[in-house]
Amino acid sequence: MTYAIQADGLVKRFGDTEALAGVSLTAQAGTVLGVLGPNGAGKTTTTRILATLIEPTGGSARVGGFDVVKEAHKVRQLIGLTGQYAGVDEMLTGTENLILIGRLLGIPRRESRARAAELLERFQLTEAAERAAKTYSGGMRRRLDLAASLVGRPQILFLDEPTTGLDPRSRNGLWDIVRGLTDDGVTVLLTTQYLEEADQLADDIVVIDRGQVIAHGTSDTLKSQVGGQVLEVRPLQESDVAAASRIVGEMAGAEPEARDGMVSVPITDPQLMPAVVRRLDDAGVTVGELSLRKSSLDEVFFALTGHHTDDIEAEADALAGSTDLKASDKASDKEGASA
Amino acid sequence: MTTATFTPPQTLSKRVSPGTTVRNVLTLAWRNLVQIKHNPMELLDLSIQPIMFVLLFAYVFGPAMEGSVDAYLPVVIPGIIAQNALFAGMSTGFGLNTDITKGVFDRFRSLPISRSAPLAGRILADTAKQAWSMMILLAVGFAIGFRVETNVLALITAFVLLLTFAVLFSWTSVFIAMKVNEPEKVQIFGFVVIFPLSFLSTAFIKSTQGIPGWLAAVMDNSPVTHLVEAMRGLLVGGPVLNHALIALAWGVGISAVFAPLSLRAFKQRA
Repeated sequence: MTYAIQADGLVKRFGDTEALAGVSLTAQAGTVLGVLGPNGAGKTTTTRILATLIEPTGGSARVGGFDVVKEAHKVRQLIGLTGQYAGVDEMLTGTENLILIGRLLGIPRRESRARAAELLERFQLTEAAERAAKTYSGGMRRRLDLAASLVGRPQILFLDEPTTGLDPRSRNGLWDIVRGLTDDGVTVLLTTQYLEEADQLADDIVVIDRGQVIAHGTSDTLKSQVGGQVLEVRPLQESDVAAASRIVGEMAGAEPEARDGMVSVPITDPQLMPAVVRRLDDAGVTVGELSLRKSSLDEVFFALTGHHTDDIEAEADALAGSTDLKASDKASDKEGASA
Repeated sequence: MTTATFTPPQTLSKRVSPGTTVRNVLTLAWRNLVQIKHNPMELLDLSIQPIMFVLLFAYVFGPAMEGSVDAYLPVVIPGIIAQNALFAGMSTGFGLNTDITKGVFDRFRSLPISRSAPLAGRILADTAKQAWSMMILLAVGFAIGFRVETNVLALITAFVLLLTFAVLFSWTSVFIAMKVNEPEKVQIFGFVVIFPLSFLSTAFIKSTQGIPGWLAAVMDNSPVTHLVEAMRGLLVGGPVLNHALIALAWGVGISAVFAPLSLRAFKQRA
């Protein structure tokens, strides 16, 4: 069978640093492949190789059945690319940006204009169509960037961290757009730092770390591998941390981690929570704070690799904070249902 | 989720045809020029600095240099035209670096277009801007008394010579653009190099007489001096051919060094 995207042992070295140390992945036509990893894991390098922007040092890749090095020109006729930094010309208007791409793709002027109007409408940019892109908000720029990558009706789309730095509302809007694309049969490769994003959008997920694939599977298989949720307990008395740690660990059947007076442990069964509360109560441990939330990327990494993601930027942290908030909302819903 | 085999369309082309390349270059040149529509300040920028230089040099230095403004104009106008071309060449690197840092360049390179079109389109647009600057300079010069003493053919040749040299020289700014991570650094670097380069020539003086021997030697052999002398010859009369050939040889030499260096630097940073 021909995969829409297939990479075999991609290696990329920049001088002495090895950005990719043998990345293999596949994406079936019409699906979303999520590539999950922290900053510097090799997500962008992988995307750039697949999108023909750079050549691999070793290994090979085929996109749409064509070799990304030897048949790059053919690959380029099939793909769309939306990079981490919105690749739009800030001096041009939204319309001009899209017409520019249309003209470069050899679409006649009139048709390019019509296509631009259609895409601007679809991405709710019609009102800003005649304004220079530099006046756009971050979310609008990303949408324009995405629109630009769709002018040529690509069959395979690369989205490199399309929501990094976006507020939750813009991010949700972008998610809806991505879902709409796969309905049209487009194959999407999406890189992200957010477990929740991969969970929401991807049919398959590849987790990469330090230039290597460390796990792959569906969102569910990954979650069962690493524990889908995290139970956090903060005893009121600092002196109870050891006792709480022991009880929680025993019940979850996993090694808990105690940090700054907070005990956290990955769990797979949310029903465990009331039982933990009872056991802690029996042991005389007064609980100051108790929560159940979805695993963060850092925890997935810790579970898979035994080390923390050490270089996630402050910006990413801020956003992860907001997704955590949302996740704990959901967790408290579940709590109510199980009580 | 359905399991589907990817079947690519049958109509893919194998390579970019020469016709497509030309179209790509023109489209990208259009893109660089249409920016002016939204940022008229850029045009002002292209015009104001040259106008200011002509007026300041002519009226402040003219009397001291050649005894009068009128006598200094034939010296200084070709000089400022040459200096301005060097400064304007930095905008190629500035724009290129902006495109690279903003991700626009990646977008272009992911499209099935000619590989050289993004750079060629920019250079073509910048050449048009260069021609505009030179026309402004000649017009301002004319307004305060400068006259082209030769003929139309010589004037056209002056344009061609200046634009050719500017394109060849702009490889230096392309190289800087590949090496730095912010567009502003291209400007700073350009300023630091081009300011002395243009002053260490005969751009603002008639001859290097009275200047210390070693410095005069440097100045007499500067590519800028040869460009300026050739421009003077073409605009107000005097020897042309030798200076023009030496200036162009410098240009070819500069681009022969910096074009491959730029490509290598680009591959390294990508």
